[in-house]
Amino acid sequence: MPPERTDSAAAGTTPRAAWHTRLHGLGPVLGLVLLCIAGTLLNREFATLDNAMNLLTRTAFIGIIAVGMCFVIISGGIDLSVGSMAALIAGCVILFMNAIAASVGSTTLVVALGMGFAVLLGAAFGLAHGLLITKGQIEPFIVTLGTLGIFRAYLTYFSNGGAITLDNTLADAYSPVYYASLLGVPVPVWVFVVVAVIGGLILNRTAYGRYVQAIGSNEQVARYAAVDVDRIKLLTYMLLGMCVGIATLLYVPRLGSASPTTGLLWELEAIAAVIVGGTALKGGAGSITGTVVGAVLLSVISNILNLTSIISVYLNAAVQGFVIIAVAFMQRRRK
Amino acid sequence: MTFAVRLLAIAALAAGTLGFTATASAQNKVNLGVAIPAATHGFTGGIVWWAGEAKKELEKKYPDLKVTIKTAANAGEQANQLQDLVTANKINALVVFPFESAALTKPVAQVKAKGVYVTVVDRGLTDTSAQDAYVAGDNTAFGKIPAEYLAKALGGKGNIVALRGIATTLDNERMDAFNSVMKNHPDIKLLDAKYGNWNRDDAFKVMQDFLTRFKQIDAVWAADDDMAVGVLKAIDQAKRTDIRIVFGGAGAKGMVKTLIDGKDPRIQANVSYSPKFIYDAIKLTAEARLKNEKLPATTIIPSVLITKENAKQFYFPDSPF
Repeated sequence: MPPERTDSAAAGTTPRAAWHTRLHGLGPVLGLVLLCIAGTLLNREFATLDNAMNLLTRTAFIGIIAVGMCFVIISGGIDLSVGSMAALIAGCVILFMNAIAASVGSTTLVVALGMGFAVLLGAAFGLAHGLLITKGQIEPFIVTLGTLGIFRAYLTYFSNGGAITLDNTLADAYSPVYYASLLGVPVPVWVFVVVAVIGGLILNRTAYGRYVQAIGSNEQVARYAAVDVDRIKLLTYMLLGMCVGIATLLYVPRLGSASPTTGLLWELEAIAAVIVGGTALKGGAGSITGTVVGAVLLSVISNILNLTSIISVYLNAAVQGFVIIAVAFMQRRRK
Repeated sequence: MTFAVRLLAIAALAAGTLGFTATASAQNKVNLGVAIPAATHGFTGGIVWWAGEAKKELEKKYPDLKVTIKTAANAGEQANQLQDLVTANKINALVVFPFESAALTKPVAQVKAKGVYVTVVDRGLTDTSAQDAYVAGDNTAFGKIPAEYLAKALGGKGNIVALRGIATTLDNERMDAFNSVMKNHPDIKLLDAKYGNWNRDDAFKVMQDFLTRFKQIDAVWAADDDMAVGVLKAIDQAKRTDIRIVFGGAGAKGMVKTLIDGKDPRIQANVSYSPKFIYDAIKLTAEARLKNEKLPATTIIPSVLITKENAKQFYFPDSPF
């Protein structure tokens, strides 16, 4: 991952201030390390390679979405619909694959087309969000609150409230995308790493990435500086849509079905991962590395809770809440 | 803002007066309201589908019957719908599947106070005077039958993990029934029980972690067929062969099909808890009210053990569940 400038203002500051910024970015990492030590003390199984791989594979969905979400939040926007979007894409992709299976001979091709369709749908939904937000001039919170309901309701409608299930032969052909490993590391983890690295490069090494940060810190000034704000915003929501598409194409082969509970509350987990990772909810500055660490951290909490029975199951959500607040406290910014 | 409040007040007043003018029209015309949870997971999807089936069939059969179905996403929304059914739809009979026992007791009592005949389904209210009749699935048997089956299949000895649904009274009833059977089998260890929220994905994660934590598991009580799907995937992924039985619950069509075909040696039995009881409740209520009769105070739709022999009776290929 390329070195990150956690603050757009850090460039022209004294070395000491820059050092301070760097330290500040360590908050989530420190939290993660402490949690992992705690997890190992509570149950030795926590530190096994198998558990680590389970955990990272689980995180991949939220993590990939969180990378896209990071761009949207840095640009000063928000997307509340990603969980419902993932569910609807999963449902549509399964229906699409079942439909073309008869006419397309090879299952591999059907799977490949299905995967392409997932990313395409995500981009289309992102484009719709972007158009409503820029050309329609509606607050992103409102637009995506609306689509949150729309997407999930349509999935429920397509599935009659039950589950949409992939044909068995297709499910077998598709399952390696989730279950297979490359050099001992599961495929979804590789995809997660690749998405995160590309995300980091785009944010910190391209003009587009700088524009996203500029719009987030001050949209008016960015406009005066001749930044095409609408186009950048459109691209940002499309990027997130594509991330949701990628996460979904990894998710579908896991259970081979989509139901109205698919992707429930993913939006909050993705937003939490971004914020825990040190990105400001008001936009302007953020980090992909932090986001990745944040996503892993959230998974680690529930994994530790599953591996022990010390804490009452009724308090699971409370433990997560305490950790999120504690990590955020460690890296609070001076106003 | 104040303008909106005033508007609301006027609307409420209008609704109130309408409510008082709404009395049962002709003696045997039945206008039946159905209030059920929205289709958010397999089981509630089944509830919505069976309610729709009942409406289709009964309205065709009885011209004097009108059925209005409302689905709600939470307890608050359901309370609002009950008011709408009385004031706007002018119902004179109600079949309600309450979201939560305590929260819906008052709203249902208010409907009954308006002279509407009330049948409560599945989740009992905290005050039974708020209902005329009660039709329910058998949650105690839902926990007891799997416990007895597993104890017998394991020969009274072994390690079990359990998954729970969502923290509700209904879930507690099932778990308590399960535990009370297991008390008589001291050599069967219930290693742990965690919440899987009646959700495939959550069940998959919980089971993965159980597999990491416990090296020898003989059987899983997944307590729901949706959760059993996630459990089986997690076991297959970990390539674990020690688990001999996975016991789901509610008789979802996919699992019943697996049972009929004998496709998976770990799926040997199930316990019925069909969303079809909403269909039964609507039918019983409508037919009784058309004749101006009352239902018995309590009708229990029993939960029974489903095995390969009787699985055919519990297979509804058209239902989404």
